[in-house]
Amino acid sequence: MRHMFKHFMAATAAAALLATSAMAEEPKRGGTLVTVINSTPRVLNPAVQSGVATGFPGAQLFASPLRYDDSWTPQPYLAKSWEVSEDGLKVTLHLVENATFHDGQPITSEDVAFSVDIIKEFHPFKSMFAPVTSVDTPDAHTAVINLSKPHPALMLAMSGQLMSIIPKHIYGDGQDPKNHPRNNVDVVGSGPFKLVEFKNGEHIILERYDGFFMEGRPYLDKIVMRIMPDSSARAIALENGELMLAAFEAEPTLINRLSKVKGLNVTKEGYGGVGPIDWLAMNTTKGPLKEKKVRQAIAYAIDKDFILKALLRGTATEAKTGIHPDSPLYDNDVNNYPLDLDKANALLDEAGFPMKDGKRFDITMQLAPFPGYKPQTEYIKQALSKVGIEVTILSSPDFPSWAKLMGTLDYDMSLDSVYNWGDPVIGVNRTYLSSNIAKGVWSNTQGYSNPRVDELLNMAANENDAEKRKALYKEFQEIVTEDVPIYFLNAVPMHTIYSDKVGNPPMGIWGTSSPIDMTYLKE
Amino acid sequence: MDQLKALSIRLIHAAILLLAVLVLNFSMMHMAPGDVADTISQSMGGADEAVLERIRADYGLDQPFLVQLGRYVGRVLQFDLGYSFFYNQSVTSLILDRLPATLLLVLSAQIVALLLGVVLGVISARRPNGILSHFVTFFALFGYSAPVFWTGILLLIAFSLKIPLFPVAGMQDVTVEGGFFAHALDIARHLVLPMLTLASIFLALYSRLARATMMEVLGSDYVRTAKAKGLRPRDVVYKHALKNALSPVITLAGLQFSAVVSGAVLVETVFSWPGLGTLAFQSIIARDTPTILGILFFSALVVIVGNILTDLALRLVDPRVGGRR
Repeated sequence: MRHMFKHFMAATAAAALLATSAMAEEPKRGGTLVTVINSTPRVLNPAVQSGVATGFPGAQLFASPLRYDDSWTPQPYLAKSWEVSEDGLKVTLHLVENATFHDGQPITSEDVAFSVDIIKEFHPFKSMFAPVTSVDTPDAHTAVINLSKPHPALMLAMSGQLMSIIPKHIYGDGQDPKNHPRNNVDVVGSGPFKLVEFKNGEHIILERYDGFFMEGRPYLDKIVMRIMPDSSARAIALENGELMLAAFEAEPTLINRLSKVKGLNVTKEGYGGVGPIDWLAMNTTKGPLKEKKVRQAIAYAIDKDFILKALLRGTATEAKTGIHPDSPLYDNDVNNYPLDLDKANALLDEAGFPMKDGKRFDITMQLAPFPGYKPQTEYIKQALSKVGIEVTILSSPDFPSWAKLMGTLDYDMSLDSVYNWGDPVIGVNRTYLSSNIAKGVWSNTQGYSNPRVDELLNMAANENDAEKRKALYKEFQEIVTEDVPIYFLNAVPMHTIYSDKVGNPPMGIWGTSSPIDMTYLKE
Repeated sequence: MDQLKALSIRLIHAAILLLAVLVLNFSMMHMAPGDVADTISQSMGGADEAVLERIRADYGLDQPFLVQLGRYVGRVLQFDLGYSFFYNQSVTSLILDRLPATLLLVLSAQIVALLLGVVLGVISARRPNGILSHFVTFFALFGYSAPVFWTGILLLIAFSLKIPLFPVAGMQDVTVEGGFFAHALDIARHLVLPMLTLASIFLALYSRLARATMMEVLGSDYVRTAKAKGLRPRDVVYKHALKNALSPVITLAGLQFSAVVSGAVLVETVFSWPGLGTLAFQSIIARDTPTILGILFFSALVVIVGNILTDLALRLVDPRVGGRR
């Protein structure tokens, strides 16, 4: 609560400041922002690699057609304007005329068409551009994306790190774009910052691109992204001022400690787009978990409040569904399974698992190899023993071993965290569509199949009317929370921690996965 | 001629051993469920199955085990350590980029630990029941038994946060301007804490061993003779006894060379030191087989070189080593 209060205070203070002087604070130009990423990115080119490690540098190096404001409304970026045709099958982008790549070559519709091709073929999220049939380039600054069916997810897929415009004259040389040498060295980007140096395991240094098409931006001269895998070292570096900004910090004790440090600020804003959710995944294809009533009983037996308040120390927002709570599509009114052991016991009796000598059945739970899952896993074991479900915890040594078990439905229960990545079509559908069962990790690893859910998701994917679309997702969230293939716990408590010196820290829906061209240093 | 022959036999043995290590490790990596495509998928926040199949095909991971092994060994025989799937870089260049940082850290920690360990060991051996001796014993045991990452974090809190003398992490501050001297000074400042952390383990070993052997030597006949003929105690200790007490310490230091990678992993991770240790750790987590095997190969080489150096050092302090003279 303490840091929420702090937020509130900060917001009030900001509002007061704005009220007293119309020109609250003029952003300053210049300075070097020293920030951090937690691991070395594989490549810096977001057209062939997603993920947050590539996203932060990638979104500074490469511009996308659109960007989003805090209220999930698309804003012009490389595209100064855009239209969607009546039938929803043509999306026309009007590009800014003065945009250039870091080598001075103009950014044209040819590059947009090329980038769409590359992303469609090599990006891990196939659903982003699956309905795209072709891209027409009637002139140098107009690109028309042709679709086989209406595809509202395209809007979010054209923002943040998801649709980086890459130069055709560099990446179109016939080499494999996935392993292209220019993905890491001598990167020629389209974004506000250009690459100075990328040293694996050490740092990434970016510098203002003077030819950037947006007048006066970016404000920073330089960004130094240090690569620091150890969270305690990052915390100490933030405390002593060596780091000015760190994103994706999700350790509750660390966040609470740093929120009390003078000169540091802590915010949960900026993660709605990436949309990470922690949840309890259940394998609905075998054993007692096949029964809906058993899964509901498990949900009733778990005290989510305890997880949020005691284990996560109040740092996380509750998540009731598979859509991130920050999303406008989030449905807050679904059944939330408040702690109710009587109901849980009754449901288990009804399902045909009577209590015998204080026990109903045995089940296993995988301890996923993510940091911080141990307390929750142990708590769930203990909570379920109260209703006669004996949980054995099994731990996987590393990610691939765990991924194999999940991807082949060779497990009973496991905590997992899955990211929304903007539109539900990109990061949500994969978990529930019956056509995506057991297709590797983060597919439909619950073996969940409900024809109505398939139908709703497919309809929503092609529904351009925002209100109708929202209603479809509302029904989807109601059904899934009723069926409980997954018991949703909380938004992953990702926080951005920044020093008082930083003005306009990256927030919005994409946080550091979008350009930080408006961030500045106060002195 | 005999020596040359012995040396070449040793080299052939080393090569066979090295190859066996590679084959064994390759097989073990292969036996674990999952592969680098899974960790690539993890780094991407999940990937469509078709994308993963393509990655596997590109890297030959879809081939039968023996074909993969054959290809790998074939490349190694041509002195090509292959290509890192995870980092899209040649393994040799990855390792060469990281090797200097690790060598700097490990060698400086070794030297500091060795010098300090011997000095402390000798001093406490001269007065086994003195305050200093107890202090050294306590400190050595503490340094040895405390987990390195914990020592590291404590040092960080003490000397980076509470008393901000040293930077928290990394090897250099990229915002430092100036010439060679400014950069060297910057790297030295970054080096102090990780080096002390790493040295704390070795220091315990060396000072205990130096103390024990020194005490033994000080009780031997020739020392008594030296004392009896009226030499100054200081000369007896430092000129006569020390040389004999040193050989076990140097042997131990040679053995510790194998800790180049293993010992550095935790320290490098805590201090974000851009060396082989962090690379090894990350590649193991990422299942990046070529990089892991490449690092094993290099550390084996370092151990061999270390052993040769130890041998040379032993000959210096003890002419009997090396035989026939």
